Amino acid sequence: MRRSVSSPASILLVTVCFLAVAFYALPQIVAVVRGVATRGWEGLPVNGLAEGIALSLYTTALSTAIIFLSGTPLAFVLARRRFPLRRVLQVIVELPVVIPPTVAGLALLLTYGRQGLLGPALMVFGVQLPFTTAAVVVAQVFIAGPFYIRAAQVGFASVPLEIEEAARVDGAAGFALMWRVTLPLCAPALLAGLTLSWARALGEFGATILFAGNRIGYTQTLTLFIYNVWESRIDGAIWASVILLALAFVALLISGAFARRAEAIYR
Amino acid sequence: MSFRKLSLLLLSAALLFTFNAPTHAQGNKTLVVFAASSLTDAFNEIKPLFEKANPGTEVQFSYGASSTLATQLAQGAPADIFASANARQMSVAQDAKRIAGTPRTFAKNRLVLIIPVTNPAQIGTLKDLTKTGVKIVIAAPKVPVRDYTDTMLDKLAKTAGYGDEYKAAFLKNVVSEEANVRQVSAKVALGEADAGFVYRSDVTPDINDKVIALPIPDAVNTLATYPAAVTNDSANPELARRFIDYLLSEDGQKLLLKWNFESVIEDAPATPTPEIF
Repeated sequence: MRRSVSSPASILLVTVCFLAVAFYALPQIVAVVRGVATRGWEGLPVNGLAEGIALSLYTTALSTAIIFLSGTPLAFVLARRRFPLRRVLQVIVELPVVIPPTVAGLALLLTYGRQGLLGPALMVFGVQLPFTTAAVVVAQVFIAGPFYIRAAQVGFASVPLEIEEAARVDGAAGFALMWRVTLPLCAPALLAGLTLSWARALGEFGATILFAGNRIGYTQTLTLFIYNVWESRIDGAIWASVILLALAFVALLISGAFARRAEAIYR
Repeated sequence: MSFRKLSLLLLSAALLFTFNAPTHAQGNKTLVVFAASSLTDAFNEIKPLFEKANPGTEVQFSYGASSTLATQLAQGAPADIFASANARQMSVAQDAKRIAGTPRTFAKNRLVLIIPVTNPAQIGTLKDLTKTGVKIVIAAPKVPVRDYTDTMLDKLAKTAGYGDEYKAAFLKNVVSEEANVRQVSAKVALGEADAGFVYRSDVTPDINDKVIALPIPDAVNTLATYPAAVTNDSANPELARRFIDYLLSEDGQKLLLKWNFESVIEDAPATPTPEIF
């Protein structure tokens, strides 16, 4: 049968795609247009914006690093090893994705707060987490980590074992095998997962405001700043949101470029 | 070919279903009340009483900081009644042309200082709040209870023994500015904050065993006034007016008094005012 461009299925496909893209794109376009049209930057309070941007970038960089270092081994074990309760562990590690962030924040308070389960233990080391920048990082790792762990798991599971066997035959083993064979093969998947988790950490609000609090320079990330501003100057809040959008846009472009490079080199 | 037919069939079925799904409750008259967070418990108790007195009615509440609610109203959020914790946020709603008629004051409130029962920072007086390392939690700017807190600080700045240094030291000890008054009380009740400023009515049975309330002298305290008004696009304006009437009735005022609000009725019992300390 000859495939015609104007077949009913093609038209339907194009329509659905158009509607879907419009659904996602319109709010972003509207935000940018409104922010520029109303000169939103004039409606911003004197302090808070620069601190918010700096804090967001700093904390998400830290949390992404922690997520990568702690999540990669965990994802590897979950993907490759068989052990009792493996599936239960998988679900537990993925659960923060579905927990409402505010509930997650409360749970973090009850565990790592001053009066929480581990509060007294942490105090022994002089650590009091709530109301500190460290708490922002903890909240981000909790909320965004599972996104990376899941993607990394899929990545590790997709590496054909024959390739690893071949590498073993050639003498690679243990760390060398992981570093020179396995990781490079999964690089695109790991990178995609890391980008997603970074983006989730950047947009984190509920758990942060509950566990870390809201204080300019210490815990008020850009997302919290926007929430604070929108009650006094909506246009200022829209402009701050456009800045956040721009940050995320640039980061996604960069990570996309890295992913394509990784794919080109290793596949 | 058959797969295509099947997917087209499923798609049309899904679309038909979505467009026929019920979008609102049938039968009952609904009142949507935007109310300040501090009114949560009192209004939840009023709900069944009002619904019983007006059969066929359903009252739905949207609680939040009055500043948040006023912004939502200004952006066109649908509501029948706005009950604010101060006149300023009611003006915001009025300026946005969402309010019909004149708002009526239905309750009053006072600020109180709360500390966790364990009192980790050993707070006994207002002066203790400026000790190094004390973690004070207050509401974010524009939230009414924060306005009242700022007024208290300004009044203290003019009081002998406190001055501007007190206000500066106090603000240095603020570790978080919460989105609404109930988040402030929650942080203190959980023991994470050393002190917080909330309304007397926020010391509810729920947190009574977790916090201690220290009264603030009248000289530096503000009498918070709560106005309520009907919106100008309410679907049931008469019913909405009846709700506000109920708040102002003897039963309504008694209920608000029970939750530690102050009455607006002239000869209601007054609460004793403490000396300055």
